[in-house]
Amino acid sequence: MNYSDATVWWIIAALGVGTFLIRFSFLGLIGSRPMPPWVLRHLRYTSVAILPGLVAPLVVFPAATDGVPDIARLLAATVTIVIGYKTKGVVRAMLGGAITLFVVQFLLG
Amino acid sequence: MSPSTTKSALLRGVRASLPFIIVIIPFAMLFGVAATEAGLPIAQVMGFTVLVIAGASQFTALQFMIDNAPVLVILASALAVNLRMAMYSAAITPYLGDQPLWKRALLSYILVDQTYNLAIIDYEQRPDQTVAQRTAFFFGCALPIVPLWIGFTWVGAALGGQIPPEYGLDFALPIAFLAMVAPALRTLAHIAAAVTSVVLALMLGFIPLNLGLLMAAVIAMMVGAEVERRMA
Repeated sequence: MNYSDATVWWIIAALGVGTFLIRFSFLGLIGSRPMPPWVLRHLRYTSVAILPGLVAPLVVFPAATDGVPDIARLLAATVTIVIGYKTKGVVRAMLGGAITLFVVQFLLG
Repeated sequence: MSPSTTKSALLRGVRASLPFIIVIIPFAMLFGVAATEAGLPIAQVMGFTVLVIAGASQFTALQFMIDNAPVLVILASALAVNLRMAMYSAAITPYLGDQPLWKRALLSYILVDQTYNLAIIDYEQRPDQTVAQRTAFFFGCALPIVPLWIGFTWVGAALGGQIPPEYGLDFALPIAFLAMVAPALRTLAHIAAAVTSVVLALMLGFIPLNLGLLMAAVIAMMVGAEVERRMA
């Protein structure tokens, strides 16, 4: 990470203000007004459109192994997704993934 | 409006949010650990958690910062993750819009996934509540969640620096993301958006300044919306 202290604080401040304005948008500024269906349809997919793409390179080309795909990390990611998808439990998925990573790393020495 | 009914709405909110404690604590610690490992001093870690209070976008900003992305790309991506909250804001306005501006500002600050989801269910189940009762319920939901989010981020940040690298902590962040996303894959449209995002992000990884990911996200969002439209 190569940002100056001041830059990091600017990022935090801008993100804080921006996030607040998103939350305040209708409740504080626009008021009760129906949104067009096509806007709602797109807003529903913002999180699932960004987070998987963000995480994919981290899983496939981990920095810790200099970008070489690693069996322990691939398995841990798979277990996290399967548990999260099947049980809808965020904590269960996190624990399952973490345990898988430790066990496989331990077994492979 | 008697104070006792407002108080009982507040307590109802507190009780409703208790199950989320078990999710909030590890998540908050994970952000503290990951941010400290990435090199942020504890003041900045806490700055994130107090000013932004939105886990997914904090993790997003952190990952882009680890990649040394340009500031505008960091902000665009992290704010895009939070755009869903505009939808939350619109949805609660009919129930809480009559409050004075300063209360609506406070409510906006604590409008997070958990408070939104709990409040909307409560408002629909109990349509006869006054605005004061609805507001009390909303604050009640936030009462355990927000202080725990902040407090355990601090615990994670304090611990983070002491965990040796061979414990695979580099992977805490990917696991947190995946654990957040997988339960959100409720419909075919969500899955289509997620798969599009993964495939395009890997293919467009060569584009500088992390712009490939932003392009992948915009296209993935459109794919999700289009699949939903065709399935309807």
